[in-house]
Amino acid sequence: MAVAQTSPARGRIKSIGAAQSPLLGFAMFSPAILYIVLLIGAPFALAIFFAFTDARIGNPSLHFVGLENFRSILQSPSFHKALWNSVVFTVSAQIIVMVCANILSIALEKPFRGRGLVRFLILLPWVAPVSLGTIGWKWILDSIYSVITWVLVWAHIFQPYNAPMWLGEPHLAMASVILVHCWRLIPFSTVILLAGRTAIPREIPEAAAIDGAGFWRTLFQINLPMMVPIISVALLFGTVFTFTDMTVVYILTAGGPFDSTQTLPSYAFATGIDGKDLAAGAAVSLFLVPVLVVIAYFMLRLAHRAEVN
Amino acid sequence: MAVVETRNLTKIFKEGELGAVNNVDLETREGEFLVFLGPSGSGKTTLLRMIAGLEAPTAGEILIGGRVVNDLTPRERRIAMVFQSYALYPHLTVYKNIAFPLKAQKVPKATHKEKVEWAASLLGIDALLNRKPRELSGGERQRVALARAIVREPSVFLLDEPLSNLDAKLRLSAREELERFHRRVGTTTIYVTHDQVEAMAMGDRIMVLNKGVVRQIGTPKEVYDDPADTFVATFLGSPPMNLIESHGLIVGFRPEHFRSADEVKDGSKLVFKFLVENMEYLGAESILSGSVVAGPARGKKVLARLLLGQPFAIGTTYDFAVAERHLKFFDQTTDKKVEPRALAWQ
Repeated sequence: MAVAQTSPARGRIKSIGAAQSPLLGFAMFSPAILYIVLLIGAPFALAIFFAFTDARIGNPSLHFVGLENFRSILQSPSFHKALWNSVVFTVSAQIIVMVCANILSIALEKPFRGRGLVRFLILLPWVAPVSLGTIGWKWILDSIYSVITWVLVWAHIFQPYNAPMWLGEPHLAMASVILVHCWRLIPFSTVILLAGRTAIPREIPEAAAIDGAGFWRTLFQINLPMMVPIISVALLFGTVFTFTDMTVVYILTAGGPFDSTQTLPSYAFATGIDGKDLAAGAAVSLFLVPVLVVIAYFMLRLAHRAEVN
Repeated sequence: MAVVETRNLTKIFKEGELGAVNNVDLETREGEFLVFLGPSGSGKTTLLRMIAGLEAPTAGEILIGGRVVNDLTPRERRIAMVFQSYALYPHLTVYKNIAFPLKAQKVPKATHKEKVEWAASLLGIDALLNRKPRELSGGERQRVALARAIVREPSVFLLDEPLSNLDAKLRLSAREELERFHRRVGTTTIYVTHDQVEAMAMGDRIMVLNKGVVRQIGTPKEVYDDPADTFVATFLGSPPMNLIESHGLIVGFRPEHFRSADEVKDGSKLVFKFLVENMEYLGAESILSGSVVAGPARGKKVLARLLLGQPFAIGTTYDFAVAERHLKFFDQTTDKKVEPRALAWQ
């Protein structure tokens, strides 16, 4: 049908004037192209270029070193640690976020007094600037001024001298980083899942109730399977946000203690900028690419399927 | 034994507003096909949803099999319901849709296949078991919804306008199929519709509702021939009953009883001067519309339904009449039926 309609329409527009000139189309499109080329394409190309050189900050000379950077990175225990941490960080954050966002979306679906206010409060962590929120958490988890520690001591769960050092012990630090990231991401996923949940026709869970399904069966066999497309969207976006994020790690722990919370992005920053070894930093960050390509592939496929349906 | 009973059942959605359902007393009979008939907003679906347990009543009691079920969840009431939209589970195959109630009610797994196949063959959808709902036509979806309802052999069926999503031709055959299906399984069925033809055709009894109030319960013949008030009189029948006010009364007669005066032979009759203003030829019948031009009913619009294509001309006045035994009488203030009485008319 679309084919049949284009030819007369195009003929009519031509007769109106030069509005349809190819130059205009290109001009309208160029800001997007410029944006992608200058802000994404160029740095990306530069990163690939640096990864094969011995570029260092403050050193104007530049030599090609082939795959040397990648070889030395792959042998570095810090890199292995960062890669593993990235996986732990991303996977556990996604699991926690999905479970919490599901619970919240169920709780917020039915109207109750003050629902609007609760929705607003839940959305706040997403709206607040990441760095500000994280700095707040840095104080909450501080080794001396932590309110959490204060409450635990006050409740006689811990003695003041052996209270946990939230950001100072490797496992606690990792847990803290993950939880702060979840705190940030849950609102986003909740909003997406809430939209998915309200899109299910009311009769379908009702039919399940009449067919004899209880809460859990309706949730796991009816509602969640019907929400799979929207959950995948939330999951893929969440994975990208988590895998590429370095703000939370950088502000809370700067990768410490002893690289125990270093993830790939923060390790790339620590090596390339703080450590002035631009080439190694670029090579580290290139390791993000294959993972992100796979995720992007699934995102595009999902978007395509949504269009077809 | 009454299968479903309601006592004084009331639903008020918003305090201070008129109830969606008001003081409904109802008692179904074992195996009957009971139709809730009313215009949209008459509370028929709300009433059905309360019986199903999807809506909590504001007041009154619901009994199923003699037991008060007000506080029971839908699943504890052991009823089956077919929704207007069918509410099939879109991600499950037809087989899994039909098997879902068995799984949910923990029927032994070994019997699932046999039961699903029995239900599917009853509705002639054996060949569709591996399809997804989106690959089915409207009529097929309706059958899947029915199969899902029948598979666990419930004591009551609730059907909420199951034919309204089908096109006119399909609706007729689906209606017939439903009737046959009910005769075969014999389960007590409550059927909600706004279509009076459906109600007349399918119902053992019809409950006419308007604004959440029961206007009449009776067999199709009773509600058609002996309507309890003017609402029932005009809601059933197409075209609706003619109503003429006279001396504090409303006199009603059906268009098919309003005929050329010389054709009305038996007993005493009421004669009108009828000016034909429009004529619709419908093949098997014709509908004449016009007005009375003399006598106490002057200026009233009336309709006549004629089975034979008699030669009447638009713009001409004829003598038309109704046999007195076909007249219905209603009180002008309450709209309720009153005893027939002699009319001092001519």
